Amino acid sequence: MPDRNQKFGARGARSNYVAVRSSNLPFSFMAEKRTAAVVLILLAVTAVAFIVSAGIGTMRISPVDVLKVLFGSGQELHATVITQFRLPRMVVGLLVGASLAVAGAILQSMIRNPLASPDIIGITNGASLAAVTFIAMTAGKYGIRWLPLWAIVGGALAAFLIYGLAWKRGVTPLRLVLVGIGLSSALSALTSVMLIASPLVIANQALTWLTGSVYGASWSSVRILLPWTIAGLAAAFILARQVNVQELGDEVAAGLGTRIQHNRFLLLALCVALAGSAVAMAGGIAFIGLMAPHLARKLVGPAFGGVLPASALIGGVLVLLADLAGRTVFAPNEVPAGVFTAAIGAPFFLYLLHKRRTAS
Amino acid sequence: MTKLETRSLTLAYGDQRIIDNLDFTVPEGRITVLIGANGSGKSTLLRSMARLLKPLSGSVLLDGKDIFRSPTKETARKLAILPQGPAAPEGITVLQLVKQGRYPYQSWMQQWSAEDERYVREALEATRMTPFAERAVDALSGGQRQRAWIAMTLAQGTKTVLLDEPTTYLDLTHQIEILDLLFELNEREGRTIVMVLHDINLACRYAHHLVAVKDRGIYAQGEPERIVTAEMIRNVFQLEAHIMNDPIYGTPFCLPSGKGRRLNSKKGMEIAHV
Amino acid sequence: MIAVLERPASKISCLLLGLLVLTILMAVSILAGARLYNWHTLVEAYTSFDGGNEHLILRTSRVPRALIAAAVGAALSVAGVLMQALTRNPLASPSLFGINAGAGLAIVAAVAWLGTATMSQLMWVGFAGAAVTAFAVFLLGHSGRNGSSPVNLTLAGAAVAAFASSLTSGILLGNGKAFDQVLFWLVGSVANRELSMLTSVLPYMAAGFAAAFALGGSLNILAMGEDIALGLGQRTGLVKLVAAAAVVVLAGGAVSIAGPIGFIGIVIPHIGRHLVGTDHRWLLPYCALLGAMLLVAADIGSRFVLMPSEVPVGALTAMIGVPFFVTMARRNRYA
Repeated sequence: MPDRNQKFGARGARSNYVAVRSSNLPFSFMAEKRTAAVVLILLAVTAVAFIVSAGIGTMRISPVDVLKVLFGSGQELHATVITQFRLPRMVVGLLVGASLAVAGAILQSMIRNPLASPDIIGITNGASLAAVTFIAMTAGKYGIRWLPLWAIVGGALAAFLIYGLAWKRGVTPLRLVLVGIGLSSALSALTSVMLIASPLVIANQALTWLTGSVYGASWSSVRILLPWTIAGLAAAFILARQVNVQELGDEVAAGLGTRIQHNRFLLLALCVALAGSAVAMAGGIAFIGLMAPHLARKLVGPAFGGVLPASALIGGVLVLLADLAGRTVFAPNEVPAGVFTAAIGAPFFLYLLHKRRTAS
Repeated sequence: MTKLETRSLTLAYGDQRIIDNLDFTVPEGRITVLIGANGSGKSTLLRSMARLLKPLSGSVLLDGKDIFRSPTKETARKLAILPQGPAAPEGITVLQLVKQGRYPYQSWMQQWSAEDERYVREALEATRMTPFAERAVDALSGGQRQRAWIAMTLAQGTKTVLLDEPTTYLDLTHQIEILDLLFELNEREGRTIVMVLHDINLACRYAHHLVAVKDRGIYAQGEPERIVTAEMIRNVFQLEAHIMNDPIYGTPFCLPSGKGRRLNSKKGMEIAHV
Repeated sequence: MIAVLERPASKISCLLLGLLVLTILMAVSILAGARLYNWHTLVEAYTSFDGGNEHLILRTSRVPRALIAAAVGAALSVAGVLMQALTRNPLASPSLFGINAGAGLAIVAAVAWLGTATMSQLMWVGFAGAAVTAFAVFLLGHSGRNGSSPVNLTLAGAAVAAFASSLTSGILLGNGKAFDQVLFWLVGSVANRELSMLTSVLPYMAAGFAAAFALGGSLNILAMGEDIALGLGQRTGLVKLVAAAAVVVLAGGAVSIAGPIGFIGIVIPHIGRHLVGTDHRWLLPYCALLGAMLLVAADIGSRFVLMPSEVPVGALTAMIGVPFFVTMARRNRYA
């Protein structure tokens, strides 16, 4: 029950915070009104983007008809186009965006630097190398459904290798970043070598994967990805306190009774699971893990309880829109979503850097 | 009752020993201040007593139990530390920061119990930060920011609070503000406070128990009026000084010798000499 | 910092020794390979050219390769030293700051959209790309205290590189012709380059080297800090501008000839500092020499590691660089 008697802040001012407590269950948390409002708005935006996106393509379907299909009463032709082709792709896009965004948010809190992203701990490059090797070895023919598994294993191996190399009586954010970038560069070089050594048609396929795309996603893709995303987001929710406390710095966190290395490892493993599954499914979509958490933080502040849903939604919408652009801007050609995330990501990123520069 | 003590404590960075074989007991319910020259090891000692730095040998005991073998959360309920120069995440509000102090008592389901709220509210009141509760920490002045951090350590609800140079980057007004706050907390609630200070005179004024750290150990400890002498200052700080009684507070006051303008006549100098 | 070589005499003699080693390495590179040639054949190839296979291979393949490797290696190392001095960050290097990726992007874009075809045109485009990214990076390195931290710059460089490479991929995917032509740029290599590529860029690179060596003393002063340098009367803006221009010319030139070769710009300055200390007047020529030696040696290695296939030398340097980089990152100073 929200406690309206709570008064923090200047005399007479209404508080932004509300205590949510249950009288019978041992359950309580502090809710921020503004955060709740922002998350609701983001949900609405996502829903709108979803509906609009479902209606755009080679066959235009009005939003009303889209809604009819979603509620089961639309025309059969519309239903086929939407549910067979567009819907799975959009759902995968949302899941991928949410996973990458949350992984990025966790990393940025742990490394205490808003320029951090899942790529730097080797997930993307490790997965890329594994994926490209797989495509090259199987000549892009059989067993394409094993590709995600290979990719996620590659990503996990790279991440753990980086963790291990950065470990010296514990892992500090700085060491992790430095080792991560060094190793990622090498993995990237190896990936390029594989690309060059393969016949052109294979290289093309591999390059598409590397750029990141949700093209060709089907309901089976959704079935594979969904449990990972849901489990990952739930784990992130449970570990939210740990993320918050890590942001205060190692000494303060230790003083508050955190098992720093233990939590750090758990959180990194969670990032690997989230980002790895996303990359395995959709390739190396760039910048979502960097952009989305930062935008979220601007809107709801640094508390992870708010950053989690906000960045998940923002990430999902970004991928959704990038994919929409990829489908339509150069129609009838399909441009991988990863190109558009990079196209938006770059100006945003430069702005970020400039802002930090003038701020310091 | 939380007894904090070290036994044969040896601390080192790599090969270099900072503290050697030290036995030290923190007086309960008093304000203890560690002073010493730069690099003497006072911060190192404080951090080790807060379990932030593992000893080369020896132990730190909290209520008779080795602090490095106890569950860290349990320790956090008895002992709080405010490290030097803490950095707050961008945009965090005072309330969110102080709330973090309740970490040792929370779980993923229980993040804001009535008790948590009470402690936070009281911590904000004690530090007079209630009007600023929903403001961003990085928008505050240096003194206010430090008070917010102290409120966080207070919310932790521990009997013993350790502070590593809580006043070092503050101007004089804010230094007094913080020290007054800590003094009040000790007077009203009987909390044991241990802190590292650079200013000898402020240390003499606020400390019940002064500890001079030198040569990998404690050179002298006790009430400031007992241990602060010209000889002690000379040995610990390599500084020639006159010691007098503070004309208002009566606590020892250290006047370093050196250059600078002399406006006093010889007579004035005689009065100042102890 | 205690350098291995302390006295000027020992520094000079080691420099000469290094030159000797480099000459030997280049000779090995020219003469050894899938086919072993001897000294006489090499001389004959230039004095009494008979148009035969052997002479042809020596003149158009082996010799250019060795010369390019030496030049590129030297250029990248010196650029690395300059960047580290400018950003006061021992982790700075052209590859880690996305200069390579930026040059690559420019080249790919030019091929795809402007139909640029000739090698020399592509080189200038690569130059331009490198200049733009270098500019962005120096903006960062020149900022306030917070912005120049090793973490920030490294992260920023990685993000810039990621951006450039994803755009590059996008363009390549959309344009099959570009893909074909330019794919080989993705990994650095000194093989299959014409000597004319080197000779057309050489005047500029030579100017870059000259400027760099001339800046040695000024860089020593700049290394003490902006405020101190200004207080000593140095025109820091000018020094930084010239150094930045030298980095662009050297790194840009290297990338446009050989594509992105990583880690040399970060590994060599470190070894150089270990040998002769931080005096840039010695450090710069030493690093040029060491860089040339390393890349020539790596190129020899790239031919023998997976015989009879060749591993592009860029991949090889990445592999060598990693353990080095990781060890550096693990040292107490950084973490």
